[in-house]
Amino acid sequence: MAAARSGDVSSLRAAPLVELRGITKRFGSLLANDAIDLSVDAGQVLALLGENGAGKSTLTRILYGLSRADAGEIRIAGKPVTMTSPADALAAGIGMVTQEFTLVGPMTVTENLMLAGSPLGRVDRKAARARVLAASERLGVPVDPDAVVERLSVGERQRVEILKALLGDCRLLVLDEPTAVLVPADVDLLFASIRRLTAEGMAVVFISHKLHEVVDLADRIGVLRRGRLVADLPAEGLDPVAIAALMVGAAGPADADLPDDVVDEALATAVGLDGAAPSTQAGPVDQGRPAALQVTGLSLAGDPRPRLDDVSLTVRAGEIVGVAGVSGNGQTELVAALCGTTPVTTGTVRVGDAEVTGLDVAARLRAGLGRLTEDRRGSVVLGMSVEQNLVLEDLDRFRTGPFLSRRRVRAHAEALIERFDIRAAPGDPIRSLSGGNMQKVLLARALERDPTVLVASQPTRGLDVGACQYVYAQLRALRDAGSGVLLVSEDLDELIGIADRIVVLSGGRLVGEVAAADATREALGVLMTGSREHAA
Amino acid sequence: MDFPVVAVLAATLTIATPLVFGALGALLGERTGVLNLGIEGTLYAGAFIGFLVAARTGSLALATLAAVVAGALAGALMALLAVTLGVNQHVAGIGITLLLVAACDFTNRQLFGGGQQTVTEKFGRLFAGGGIVAQYPMTFVAFLVLAPAVWWVLRSTGAGLRLTAVGENPEAADTAGISVARTRWTALVVGGALMGLGGSFLTLSVLGTFTLDIVSGRGWICIALVIFGRWKVVPVVLGALLFGLFDALQLQLAITPAFGSIPNELLIALPYLVVIAALAVRGRGVRYPGAYLTAYRRA
Repeated sequence: MAAARSGDVSSLRAAPLVELRGITKRFGSLLANDAIDLSVDAGQVLALLGENGAGKSTLTRILYGLSRADAGEIRIAGKPVTMTSPADALAAGIGMVTQEFTLVGPMTVTENLMLAGSPLGRVDRKAARARVLAASERLGVPVDPDAVVERLSVGERQRVEILKALLGDCRLLVLDEPTAVLVPADVDLLFASIRRLTAEGMAVVFISHKLHEVVDLADRIGVLRRGRLVADLPAEGLDPVAIAALMVGAAGPADADLPDDVVDEALATAVGLDGAAPSTQAGPVDQGRPAALQVTGLSLAGDPRPRLDDVSLTVRAGEIVGVAGVSGNGQTELVAALCGTTPVTTGTVRVGDAEVTGLDVAARLRAGLGRLTEDRRGSVVLGMSVEQNLVLEDLDRFRTGPFLSRRRVRAHAEALIERFDIRAAPGDPIRSLSGGNMQKVLLARALERDPTVLVASQPTRGLDVGACQYVYAQLRALRDAGSGVLLVSEDLDELIGIADRIVVLSGGRLVGEVAAADATREALGVLMTGSREHAA
Repeated sequence: MDFPVVAVLAATLTIATPLVFGALGALLGERTGVLNLGIEGTLYAGAFIGFLVAARTGSLALATLAAVVAGALAGALMALLAVTLGVNQHVAGIGITLLLVAACDFTNRQLFGGGQQTVTEKFGRLFAGGGIVAQYPMTFVAFLVLAPAVWWVLRSTGAGLRLTAVGENPEAADTAGISVARTRWTALVVGGALMGLGGSFLTLSVLGTFTLDIVSGRGWICIALVIFGRWKVVPVVLGALLFGLFDALQLQLAITPAFGSIPNELLIALPYLVVIAALAVRGRGVRYPGAYLTAYRRA
């Protein structure tokens, strides 16, 4: 199919629709884009692959006028253009859907779509509404023009973003990691829409860090690593393993300190050869084991619907229970209720043998609860040092009379830095640490207390492959040492890969449970989108 | 007792007039995400500049124009600080108020200090003797022209959509090709002009002279009214009328013998207490514009 589509445009080969030449962008000492040459033709899908921080987003921001390149030029149909703002890009026929949607929440779909290019004077809502309907026809997915945007699902909002680009008469549509936020059913709809649009002659640049999801959509694949374009190949007949190796830079000297199995798993994740599961399930957990965490009938009132509705679950000693769900379906509230930062309306929480329902955070920590919260930077005090952050939750142990013993704090930090391989000195400001290292500090702080159960929320969000593998290894080690782990994540591959069981939250309710060994992305996706059927 | 209902209602409209100008001026800025705490000083400057030009030229038209220009310049200063330079909005706004009040008082002392109170020409009431509708021209402008116009602009024009988009999600507006800075500048300059006009109402319509502390917190009342009205024109105007009603009531009560035993200071405080109470009730669970108080910088 890819061949057929590139065949259609071969007669127009004169000048590519959009061409990037020598694009270079530097942020301080970081070279985000290093002399990148890329082009895309009408009717073509170019997939841009690369890890977090490889420079994909920077490149597309330059293409869309949100950033300016330090060097290089952009040509459209052979003519050089300067992009100093998104308005220039729109005028040049370039539309973009960023990872963070740029929609005005309290406005309706139609109002949002009227914004671009609307006159200062009276606006014709009826005509605008009709244009929205016509554009959604082109997309092949119905969109309600009168819906208020902040009430739409993520998938629907993404469609509104694409409509926005279509109404701007774009000839090139840039999609920045469009599938990262979507449930599988919405991914299928998105891909169908992209195929419809390219059949009309639209060019699409599709950014992803997952090779397996773009192989049959893309005509060409470009791979970025550390700001450089390391591959630009036709998608047809490509070698997935070679591409994945380029993406994660398995052969690169900077990664030489990663053990081989980490690299292998990273490759598997990138390629998706085995459903991206670095599978190490311990097998079915003995039901006779003591409960590390027991949640019974947990509810949290909300308006108009309860934010948590009668949630009961048990995490036994020595198992990892995954919590899947589309963002905003109660995960944040569940974690807050377990950690004691939100009082629950009804229900009980037990950690080990102790009931902790009414206790505050400190008492829960003493009872054996460990936590890695969603907001990494909110879990440390950014203005303090690594060693200070490491003792924050346990000051009493380091006191001599009313004073903190600096010597013991320092010794504690040095021990943990050694044990958890944190790449920082005890006195470094924690602000200066990378996301991965900061997560190591938080893991160290939580695990050092030997928790009965660890509640980990999105522990690998924003981390690179190496740091992710480190977190997985620590979670598994904790499980194998006999603690329970509750892992809340939006990354299904991660859940399937390291959890023993997966429960699904939808609309604040637990709507299903599957053994990780039997779980598939598709089955979880069906549950996540609100179907109440329990997978047996 | 024979209570003068018509007089109180007529006074309500008069008292509410500068509040409508000021609050709608503030509303425009706040809808784009900029809280202009320079409003108190801008009202003061409008009152003083209007008075100054009227005293020197004798022309009410020129005086009104000068007040509008002064207000627009004050709005431009706020825009320069808060939008272009990204200064904290509270600091910028309070600084402008302090600056303008002090500058007006200083100039007033230099030019009009000592000697007799200077009295200028002032607007007369239209429909004199017509009961409630016996009002100054600016009152008709406020309720019959300005309020409907702002309502229509926000609701039915591209300009209104832009204002809201910039205030709710400046990134979305930027990617839609709308200049966030230009939109905010425009809203602040136009809003400032309205505040200047509102201030001039106090000198050029009501008093015909300038006194120290002539604005007496009306700017802050406007800020409260905008929150009370949740950034919507109709509730803001109703809020202004509510304040006007209680202020008119207290003025009436102060000269009603039956209430002579109530301390005058308490009566003067009445409308302010009502606004505080109303805010306490309606101000809960308010949804502020998404980019409220936030300077916009492209990442």
